[in-house]
Amino acid sequence: MRTVRLEKIIETVEKLAIESCYIAKKEMTEKIDNALKIETSDLGKHVLEKLLENAQIAEKEWIPYCQDTGVAIIFVELGEEVIFDSPGFIDALNEGVRRGYKKGYLRKSIVNDPLRRENTGDNTPAIVHIKLVKGDRLRIKFCARGSGSENMSKVKMLKPAEGWEGIKSFVLETVKEAGPNPCPPIIIGLGIGGNLEKVPLLAKNALYRGIGSEHRETFYTEKEKELLEEINNLGIGPQGMGGRVTALEVHIEEAPCHIGSLPVAVVIECHAHRYREVEL
Amino acid sequence: MIHIKMPLTEETILRLKAGDMVELSGTVYSARDATHKKFFDALENHEAMPFDIEGQVIYYMGPTPSPPGKIIGAAGPTTSSRMDSYTPRLLELGLKGMIGKGKRSMEVRESIVKNKAVYFVAIGGAGALAAKRIRKSQLIAYPELGPEALYKLEMDRFPLIVANDSSGNDIFELARKELNR
Ligand code: SF4
Repeated sequence: MRTVRLEKIIETVEKLAIESCYIAKKEMTEKIDNALKIETSDLGKHVLEKLLENAQIAEKEWIPYCQDTGVAIIFVELGEEVIFDSPGFIDALNEGVRRGYKKGYLRKSIVNDPLRRENTGDNTPAIVHIKLVKGDRLRIKFCARGSGSENMSKVKMLKPAEGWEGIKSFVLETVKEAGPNPCPPIIIGLGIGGNLEKVPLLAKNALYRGIGSEHRETFYTEKEKELLEEINNLGIGPQGMGGRVTALEVHIEEAPCHIGSLPVAVVIECHAHRYREVEL
Repeated sequence: MIHIKMPLTEETILRLKAGDMVELSGTVYSARDATHKKFFDALENHEAMPFDIEGQVIYYMGPTPSPPGKIIGAAGPTTSSRMDSYTPRLLELGLKGMIGKGKRSMEVRESIVKNKAVYFVAIGGAGALAAKRIRKSQLIAYPELGPEALYKLEMDRFPLIVANDSSGNDIFELARKELNR
């Protein structure tokens, strides 16, 4: 057994929230830099240059990369042999969000009720996913997700007969319909299988798998490449104003499913792609 | 790059074409969903708007809080389509331009042509860059709305792209045509 102090959890979340909203991931700016070499449209190049400039200003002048500092999503991998020094693990995660958004001068964008819509004032509650794992590992992944890209994401229950072709046209349709709204260049998290409540989670997991990472199986790596190419052939381009670079990556995660269904979730992510993770 | 100054003259508006890269300087007003709702409540109750909208430009934006000593936090555009249902009425009242991100509805586009106005997009998600090009920010009304309060902003060479011009061109449509060619 290993004991972890809740105060440590709070500090960690606070730090991850601030860092992810102010400092663009290096892998991301490198991707955009490479995209600049491929992009042929003048407006597209202009946009990509401005994004790089934005990342520089954000870090140097300490201004959040984007004003929509989003809803806080926290993925936890909790080892079965981990215990906490006091009760209230979820409260600690939320306290970390509260402190991070306050000290970091991040925007508070959460309302207490979807219809009565009063701002909670501290960006809580966070959306928390806990996965129990073997051992005494504790991993915390913090993600800040804006509404522009979240609102363009979709779930659909396909017929098994529709197969990969059906999935592809659903993804392409979703990306086309989203157009400029999710701030392209985008990243796609694609969940396939599971069931209605599991599939979006597969997609989100895939999304935050790591920039530049590939699926562990060639079968899916090839599908990721195929889909990326077809998305970029749509010509939507940076900010939707035309160009070769619409998506930077496609990440797939799959899971077993019922003989009668083929659930699919497409999560569209913007160029801000803010997340950080640590192992405690 | 075209440099333009507020207030927008009719001559300037007519000259701007979809796809033009522009830098704008001068006063604009920030307003998003809840702010628009307040405008409409005021109009409904025959009360005055908190600012004279004639000839003005509205920026769809809700910033991050400004730390002590800073003018404004990150200040990039939000999705404009959420304001589509409000925009034609404001254009009828004399609003001359909007800044946001993404496409507008057909109704808004027609109203832009009819009222000789213009819709610009700022670079979506480039909140830090936007903040650097804002020289002054002054709270005008609705402090209770937090990031959605009405602010008067002084822009200094704020980078924009013309998305919908006064003759009916749309940058997103032009991009599609270009691809099909
Ligand atoms: S979609 Fe992403 S980059 Fe664009 S405004 Fe929203 S959070 Fe920012």
